[in-house]
Amino acid sequence: MNEFFRQVLFLPEQASTFARDVDHLHYVILSTAMFMATLIFGLAGLFLIRYRRRSESQATRKVQTSLFWEVLFVGSPLTVFLAWFFIGYHDFVWMQTPPPEAMDVYVVAKQWMWKFTYPEGPNSIGVLRVPVGRPVRLLLTSRDVIHSFYVPAFRVKQDALPGAYTQTWFEVTRPGRYRVMCAEYCGLKHSEMWGEVVALSPEDYAAWLREQSAGPVALRDATPGAPERDEPLVPARLAMEYSAEAPHGELMTAERGTLAERGERVAAEKGCLRCHTVDGTAHIGPTWWGLYRREERLEGGGTVVADEAYLTESMMKPQVKQVEGYALVMPSFQGQLDAAEVAALIEYIRTLRGARRDDIRPGGPVYEPIDGR
Amino acid sequence: MNPSMAGSLAEPDYLNHETTVRSWLLTRDHKRIGVMFLVLVIFALLLGGTFAMLLRIELLTPGPTIMGPMTYNRVFTLHGVTMVWLFMIPAIPSAFGNFVLPLMLGAKEVAFPRLNLASVYIYAAGAALTLFGMVWSGADTGWTFYTPYSTTSPTAVTPILLGVFIIGFSTIITGLNFITTTHTLRAPGMHWSRIPLFVWAIYGTSVIQVVATPVLAMVLVLVALERVAGVGIFDPTRGGDPVLFQHMFWFYSHPAVYIMVLPAMGVISEVVCAFSRKNIFGYRMIAASTFGIAFVGFFSWGHHMFVSGQSTFGSGIFGVLSMLVAIFTAIKIFNWVATMYGGAIDLKVPLLYVLGFIFLLTFGGMTGVAVATTSLDVHWHDTYFIVAHFHYIMVGSVLMAFLAALHYWWPKMFGRLFPERWAFVAACTIIFGFIVTFLPQFLLGNMGMPRRYYQYPSEMQWLNVLSTAGASLLAFGFGLIGIYLLWSLRYGKVSPASPWGSRGYEWFSASPPGPHNFREPPRFEREVHDYTVSEAPHVY
Repeated sequence: MNEFFRQVLFLPEQASTFARDVDHLHYVILSTAMFMATLIFGLAGLFLIRYRRRSESQATRKVQTSLFWEVLFVGSPLTVFLAWFFIGYHDFVWMQTPPPEAMDVYVVAKQWMWKFTYPEGPNSIGVLRVPVGRPVRLLLTSRDVIHSFYVPAFRVKQDALPGAYTQTWFEVTRPGRYRVMCAEYCGLKHSEMWGEVVALSPEDYAAWLREQSAGPVALRDATPGAPERDEPLVPARLAMEYSAEAPHGELMTAERGTLAERGERVAAEKGCLRCHTVDGTAHIGPTWWGLYRREERLEGGGTVVADEAYLTESMMKPQVKQVEGYALVMPSFQGQLDAAEVAALIEYIRTLRGARRDDIRPGGPVYEPIDGR
Repeated sequence: MNPSMAGSLAEPDYLNHETTVRSWLLTRDHKRIGVMFLVLVIFALLLGGTFAMLLRIELLTPGPTIMGPMTYNRVFTLHGVTMVWLFMIPAIPSAFGNFVLPLMLGAKEVAFPRLNLASVYIYAAGAALTLFGMVWSGADTGWTFYTPYSTTSPTAVTPILLGVFIIGFSTIITGLNFITTTHTLRAPGMHWSRIPLFVWAIYGTSVIQVVATPVLAMVLVLVALERVAGVGIFDPTRGGDPVLFQHMFWFYSHPAVYIMVLPAMGVISEVVCAFSRKNIFGYRMIAASTFGIAFVGFFSWGHHMFVSGQSTFGSGIFGVLSMLVAIFTAIKIFNWVATMYGGAIDLKVPLLYVLGFIFLLTFGGMTGVAVATTSLDVHWHDTYFIVAHFHYIMVGSVLMAFLAALHYWWPKMFGRLFPERWAFVAACTIIFGFIVTFLPQFLLGNMGMPRRYYQYPSEMQWLNVLSTAGASLLAFGFGLIGIYLLWSLRYGKVSPASPWGSRGYEWFSASPPGPHNFREPPRFEREVHDYTVSEAPHVY
């Protein structure tokens, strides 16, 4: 019966502990909705035929309502609606209350990607690996605008707000790969902001975690200046069945280290740091310390706020808006930096700020762990 | 040919007693203002409809079809903005409310005729500014303008915000005007218990407009300030709260749903009586439920925010209150169907739209109950299920009622009959097209297709194709209506004073009415829609 209704209503598979209960209420409410709409419409149709007009001057008698009918009309739907509400609210409270034994994963949403960070250390972009049969609590935040973390197969959705943490949780019931989508409109590539949850058996998950915290990968994370190894990156989006032509532009990669750390490496590789300092001291070019969102005076008058747009422009066309007091010696990096590298550099520059330094550095949990762990 | 019509032909009516352009542009006649609004909102409907069609064509394939993602994002924003603020909110109150409300009350004019004229120009100015924003670069925020995206988007959000802000004044003025008119300009015999249900609906709507619109105005100005001056009310890096916007926005925009739907319900109450030739079943219940909806509507905005991180308890409260709105709506639906019981029903085109309305409202309303159920909403929030739900309830009801009103009052407004058979075909096309367009979207939402998606997983394609097919039917239906209505303006049969045999008070005036509505002051000596005796039409 469950399977029949699920397919008739085009619901996705039920891969979390909530899914089945939520769906059952769903079946009841939608069948009632359809039944009531048909009933009322059928009644109207019946009256249409039974009481059709027979002559142009036909008079009708006045029908007045009695209290009994009024109470019945109001009372019966109210009772039904409230019953649904309380069943639904019971489930909702369950869905809103992470159990104490849940493991934590931090989720940072950003135009247009999902970053997952585990308290144990590893992090990834686009792919969230979780063990089956264990509650997972997600702590969500956003770097820019509001996003919404949505896994249809789990019946789970939660907004990720900038400047705040929200939480949700789920427990996957069977291994597999499940699509993550962004449900809150967040700009140009809103419909491409996909990721996936890979549910592994507890053993596979433990093995993956071990692998992540050992060997050269860990070493590289510990020393951000170390050269990046030339290993093939895992394209997170390849997991999707989506196959329209060149669907996503740039492939998102599941790589190690935060974007800011990558930016630090890019800056070293491309020679940015020969002219720019990161600690506030003056050099050939303006220092990057506190540069992000700083108002710069320009050669030839005017000011500019050093936001993402300006920083990108300066990398590509340094001569257009030249900061006052510096010679025009910077070459254009047009064609030498790809979009991901630009993003990484900007992200790195963003971290070089007094006030925001702490909360941007991937320093680990901002929330206290749940009691009892 | 009955004598009253011969009389009305001899005398000038509001359309031909003055014919200069100036006499139209500077008119203080509520009927002419109603017609001006009608033309403007129909233009808005066409514009919004064109955007909708572009969106549906884009969604024919999972990837890019006819436009890039940025264009798509702008087009859905403009579709929403145009339809909500330029069409659905003013459509019935400003166009038909202006035309028939004074007639129904037996008044010569609305209470503030000059202010009424101003409301047209304010609406036009706001619409012009919005259109300017669209042409200039077009916002890409969605009609909801959620911060912080709307405060950081590089597109022309500010002119559109200000355009909507200005249109808000038009709404407030119209609301004030109707409230005052209803209180002060009722003809002899018009007790509060005899006021037509359309007037009650417009009155209730006006109350919401006057109370809620300032909040929208305020929040739009705040967003504009945030964009221009960076005041930091919604920006977390300056200590602001992005969710605050949602609270303030929905405090207006949830009741705004009732600003759209209540007048539609008023139209339905009139039309169902006229074509069933029956008094309304449960007059007081329908009037009272109008105010029930208006009141509870203010306390249910939080059901838009179940997954925004608001407290679980808060979500529960908002969920229960939303259920109450459904109850008040259910009362009305039961009463309309009960009105048909024991009537003498003539299935003319306006009644066909009423049937469409009842079906869409029932199904849309029931899915509204489903969405107010907190646990289910988590899955449905921001998916196509919601898109389908609000199109059923808002668009379905406003569109059906708008078309019902347009056909019902067309002879009243222009003194001509439209070709019944063509209208019947068009009505069937539109109702069927509507269902084919939006029913698949419920299923898409169940599958998990989020709203405002430019690209989608390929297994969702066939439902999208089906939906686009329905939209094409809708477009065809509208084209048909446009053609035969324009045709009827010139070649249609001249209408008798009361072509439907309706006992609504507005038919006490000639069709089309004279410049001052009535030749002699009308007296209302029976209840509205009293069909217990056969009565010779008396035109005042």
